[in-house]
Order: sequence, then C-alpha cells, then structure tokens
Amino acid sequence: MKPIDSLESAALSTAAGARAAALPLEELNPADPQGFVDDTVGHLFERLRREDPVHRSHSPVPGIDGYWSVTRYRDIMHVDTNHHIYSSEDGITLMDFPPGDEQKLPMFIAMDPPKHDEQRKAVNPIVAPANLQNWQSLIRERTGKVLDSLPRDETFNWVDKVSIELTTYMLATLFDFPLEDRRLLTYWSDIATANKLTNPDAPEPEVRMAGLRKMLEYFTRLWNERVNAPPRTDLISMLAHGPATRSMGAAELMGNLVLLIVGGNDTTRNSMTGGLLALHDHPQEMAKLRANPALIESLVPEIIRWQTPLAYMRRTALADAELGGKQIRKGDKLAMWYLSGNRDESAIPEADRFIVDRERPRQHLSFGFGIHRCVGNRLAELQLKILWEELLRRFERIEVVGAPTRIRSSFVRGFSHLPVRIPG
Amino acid sequence: MPRVTFNGFTGEARTVEVPVGTTLMRAATDNGVPGIDGDCGGNCACATCHVYVDPAWCGRLGARTATEEDMLNLAAEIRSNSRLACQIILTDALNGLVVSLPEAQH
Repeated sequence: MKPIDSLESAALSTAAGARAAALPLEELNPADPQGFVDDTVGHLFERLRREDPVHRSHSPVPGIDGYWSVTRYRDIMHVDTNHHIYSSEDGITLMDFPPGDEQKLPMFIAMDPPKHDEQRKAVNPIVAPANLQNWQSLIRERTGKVLDSLPRDETFNWVDKVSIELTTYMLATLFDFPLEDRRLLTYWSDIATANKLTNPDAPEPEVRMAGLRKMLEYFTRLWNERVNAPPRTDLISMLAHGPATRSMGAAELMGNLVLLIVGGNDTTRNSMTGGLLALHDHPQEMAKLRANPALIESLVPEIIRWQTPLAYMRRTALADAELGGKQIRKGDKLAMWYLSGNRDESAIPEADRFIVDRERPRQHLSFGFGIHRCVGNRLAELQLKILWEELLRRFERIEVVGAPTRIRSSFVRGFSHLPVRIPG
Repeated sequence: MPRVTFNGFTGEARTVEVPVGTTLMRAATDNGVPGIDGDCGGNCACATCHVYVDPAWCGRLGARTATEEDMLNLAAEIRSNSRLACQIILTDALNGLVVSLPEAQH
C-alpha cells in the first residue's frame, strides 16, 4: 500500500526542514500552531535538540509571550520530576489566562501538593488495574458495535466515526452519563480547549463560557442525584462521596470535570487516528502486525509515543534554577515538549522510526513523569488494545485514502479529519 | 551475587541472581520477570515497578524517600510494605530477598 500524498508531504517536509535550518535561532517558536497544522514542527525540534536544547522563544500571541522550550528527553524528565521547583499551579498551557474566562478553572493537574495529591487520590481507584478488569468486556462490546456499523466500500471520516465515537462512549461509561447525550461530552471537550487567540475558528469566548456553564449545570444535576444515593463505581459518584472531593465548589467541580473529559477524550481520540495513520505510512510495520497480532502489546505504547497527543505541558519556575546550562528565573514559564523528547535519539534508539516491535516501547514521555503522570494511562492503553484487536479480527484492509486534517493547536496534537475506506 | 525471589500475583515464583548494585527493578526487567514495567527507566518518576516486600525483609531495606512516597501515591493498593523496586539496590546483605507483585502496575 503506497502512502497517499507522500510526494506532496515529502516536498512540504523538505521545504519546512530548509526553513527551520535557515531561520535565526532566536526566531524559532515551536508554540506557533501552524507548525502543527502542516506537521512540520518536528524540524524545529530536531534543530533545537541539537543546537539549543533549552531554548528561549518569544510568541507574538498575547498571554503566551516569552517562554522556554525544553526539548531533550532527560531535561524534560528533570523538570517533570522536580515539582518543588517547576510548579503546575499557574496552569499547564502556555497561555496565561484563557480569553473570556471569568476565572481560572481549578483542576488537580494544575495544582501542586498537597491539594493535588488529595484530589488525585479520589480519582485514582476508578482507573486502577483491578477496576479496569470490570470495564474490559463492556469496552470490547461497545467497540465491536461501533466497528460493525462502519460503512463499507465508501469513504468516511475515521476521526468522527471511530475515534470520537469510541472515546465518547468510554467517557459516558466512566461517568455513567446518559448515552443518548454522549456527544455533549465531545462538544464540551472541544470548547474547553478552544482558544480564539491561537485559532480563529474557535468559538467566541462568550459562546465557550455559556457552553461550559451548561456542562456544569448538567453535571451538577447528576452530582446531586448521586450524592444522595449509595456510592457506586462511576466517576461522578466517586467524586461526590470521596472525602477529598465531596465538598468541592462549583468552579472546582467544573475544572476537574474539564480535566477528566479532555484527558479522556482528546488524547485517546487522537491516538486512535494517529495509530491508523502511522501504520498506513509504514506498510512494513502493518505487515508485521498482521503476521503477528500479539505485537499489539508493543504497538499500543509505540502509537502513544509516536502520536504524543499532548505535545507539551507547561511548568512555572518557583525559584531561579539552572537547566541545560541556561539560567531560568523565578516566574519563567517552560514548555516540556514531550513531542520532542519522544524523538530524542539520545534517549530512545531510532526515535524517528515507527517500530511496532520496539524493544522498550513503554519508555516514552507521552504520559508525563512525576506526580502529574497521566492517571488514565492504563485505561487509554486498554482502549487502544481492544480497538486494534477488534480491527485486525474484522477487517483485512483499512485504506487511508487521503491526507489528514490536523488541529490548529500546539497543545492538543490531533486530527479533525482522516478519510478512510474499508473494502466490503 | 544476591538472589531475589518475585512471587507473581497468581502464585508463580521466579528467582533470579544478579550482580551486586543492580536495582530490584532491573533484576526483574533484565531477566524477563513479568509484572514489572519500569516505564521511567528507574528515575523514581512513575510507579510501574511497585512491589510488596516480604515482611521479614522490610526492616533491612531502609526507609522510603519523600519522592518514593510521592510516586507510590500513583500506585494501586498501597500497603505498609509497598516499595518501588527501582529504589532498592541489591547487595549481599539482601541475598534471599522475597517480594510479591501486585495484580498489575498502574
């Protein structure tokens, strides 16, 4: 199977590589979302890792301004594991204050200890391995139903019909959210991360806040039903009964819901699309996988590394510190570019290759490291594992018939469209 | 060379022998003992090498560091004998160490 548009994308990539090499170092600004739309940001990172691994940039976008880019695996690990110096309290994206937000949403991913620890502990059990056993058959059944309903011999958008549908189903399951309303979760996830300043197509701030208020109303209703009922295993019930979370205020509830919805939606959704695209672009790897489906074990972490659905996390320095030979000042913000660290040859052998039977596939940065490491990592892996088991079992061929459309964001690295055809 | 025994969650035991100075995490991953992932490569930055130390050995291992305490919060079912295997360095004094594995790593 010949990768579609390979000539066109190779030309684009060569041009972007030449551009990245020609620019003065101080002009390199990896947070510019254009590099994510055309998927050329990798050239910037390749140069930064080599020439200026801890790099000071200035973004023209108000609210982002000056920031450090941390591009090497080991420096990222250092920042991620030193939360006493590199704080999450000022937010996890480079934008200081989402425009139009009445207030910053409090959520545990953007908290430091001890509050972070208490709130995280309330959520941890639902996605713990023992609990995942209980979800497994339900995920498989729902995945099978979605795949069986896919059109045959006609082109459809994989993002919408597979990736969004499956992740939204999963979220609705976790929240015990009314299934018929499940696309509301997708909508809320999309508007929660939408940002007019970096994406002109994003909804107006008022529309966004109105949508989020609707979300809060909806969840408050579910919360009230469950707080008055005996504890159950869904996430809302766990939060409503958990000692650390039951007295959360409205803003904190909204913040943590946004966190769980985005965390469980945008991420796995884009790995579901990115995985298919990666296997399409590497037909020899697809052949290996078809010949030996047991490789799904290593395929799944390799997809998550390759896609890196969250390209970075932000930290803010609480004190002056030295990092990779650079002087970081108290109050400076840093982007730990997981996307770049995941391509760092000095930490990951043949990092620029997609290899389904990679030797240590789990040693990637996509889930972060340290106290903020992704709480839902095992659930994400389980969803991808089941998806690929069910796909390989059902379809002999899945054809990617055109180029993907990528999202205009340097934070969520993902897709809005991928045309796919499954021969009947 | 110290010997160490890993009791799997479903009962099967594996004993391996490793050079002095090897971490308990590497003792497992280098010898293909299932049930230890070691995602962060031994930086005490995840919790995927969680083990339960046989009570007879708990007193001989030294205390958890603050970082290890932080990271153990990510694991499922922490007990008083929970440790991260990457933080235990094997010496001759630990020859015969016995640990049990959790149901799965989180």
